[in-house]
Amino acid sequence: MCTLEKRGQLFLLKLTGNGEHRLNPTLLDNLRSAITQIRSDPSSSRSLLITTSDGKFFSNGYDLALAESDPSLRVVMDSKLRSLVADLISLPMPTIAAVTGHASAAGFVLAMSHDYVLMRRDRGFLYMSELDIELVIPAWFVAVIRMKIGSPAARRDVMLTAEKVTAERGLEMGIVDSSYGSAAETIEAAIKLGEEIVRRGVDGYVYGRMRETLLKQVLHTIGSNESASNRMRNSGSKL
Amino acid sequence: MCTLEKRGNLFLLTLTGDNEHRFNPDAIATILSLLGQAKSQAKRGSVLITTGHGKFFSNGFDLAWAQASGSLTGAAERLHQMVESFKPVVAALLDLPMPTIAALNGHAAAAGMMLALSHDYIFMRKDRGVLYMSEVDIGLSMPDYFAAMVRSKIGTSAARREVLLSGKKIRGEAVALGIVDSAAHDSAEGVVEATVSLAEKLAAKKWNGDVYASIRKSLYPELCEILGLKATIFATPKL
Repeated sequence: MCTLEKRGQLFLLKLTGNGEHRLNPTLLDNLRSAITQIRSDPSSSRSLLITTSDGKFFSNGYDLALAESDPSLRVVMDSKLRSLVADLISLPMPTIAAVTGHASAAGFVLAMSHDYVLMRRDRGFLYMSELDIELVIPAWFVAVIRMKIGSPAARRDVMLTAEKVTAERGLEMGIVDSSYGSAAETIEAAIKLGEEIVRRGVDGYVYGRMRETLLKQVLHTIGSNESASNRMRNSGSKL
Repeated sequence: MCTLEKRGNLFLLTLTGDNEHRFNPDAIATILSLLGQAKSQAKRGSVLITTGHGKFFSNGFDLAWAQASGSLTGAAERLHQMVESFKPVVAALLDLPMPTIAALNGHAAAAGMMLALSHDYIFMRKDRGVLYMSEVDIGLSMPDYFAAMVRSKIGTSAARREVLLSGKKIRGEAVALGIVDSAAHDSAEGVVEATVSLAEKLAAKKWNGDVYASIRKSLYPELCEILGLKATIFATPKL
């Protein structure tokens, strides 16, 4: 479901296989375990995380088919993703999402939860699909969207027209930092950017705390729900 | 003073008569009632376009009516009454279960500009009409929901300053400032035609209006809080 590799100072977290990488409870648990592992690595204060995926999808969102069969899982997946995003926001190192495939709804939120978003421009889009599939967008998703998208018109386009945002449009909107000709080029660029950032020698703990302060409102919105009470730095949580 | 027409999927709300379309209690009640009608007849693919006749979209509250009360306290009370009774109009537009477009036939000032900003999309004429928050020039303070609307819909501090603090009559630069979506249209017919074109594209999506309204409200949490609007939760996605 996901693998974690270390290349020098870079952690490479990959959503594996050619499927849609739906954020079901198992994958979310695996991702959180990987983050816990990263956090407990002794060299983590001088490291960086790159998240990417195999195949056509970065992630196509929650496992809605699973939730259809057991509606209680909807809350479980929401809780687990809140915890994962809170973990990423408090992570004591810079983070890069190398988006090499479609990122929809919760998958789009996962991509946006990284400090830098690099994306391929030859294929794939970012898509807040909820309006098209008749789901509402939770307040905490909106908080993440606001963190990445500054223009009210762009937020409206993303949420109220369910625009399929290409890398080019993503650049215009400020969601995407830079775009590349292929999946391989995107990952290569992420590694290069990662190495450059790590070379600056920033203290990861200071960086992580600064990010938390900057995104205080987002953390507050993520946490404002009883199901998210275990979100912060609680690596042993069963959620 | 105000009519609601139905043309296929489109609801056309028109501020009639070649006058300033000032919002006094009667006009406000009429607009509210017509929005209620549109809401009750809403179905998938419905879209609202609001426009006006003559030189003005609306020049704001009926200050002459306020002054006609004969005393300073009387005038203040009447103004307060209009400010309070206009809130439900803004709320009704935010709550409307269909996309909304303002086709500005002419000047939109103060509460008139608020009416425009309460729509999802705003198109202006190139040849005529300004946006003008007159409060700073006429010495009126800003109701809380007006300021919240500006914060919600206008993204940059420079643009907010231009709108609220400069007393400027804003024309085509409204596009660059991120206040309107387009200011490229000649004549009242031209701007309405352009909005009809957009409306048809939006109507073709056949979105669920209740979900649309819910997502719209989640885009503007601060404003909704001030207006007492709550988002409703749905749990049955189209898979």
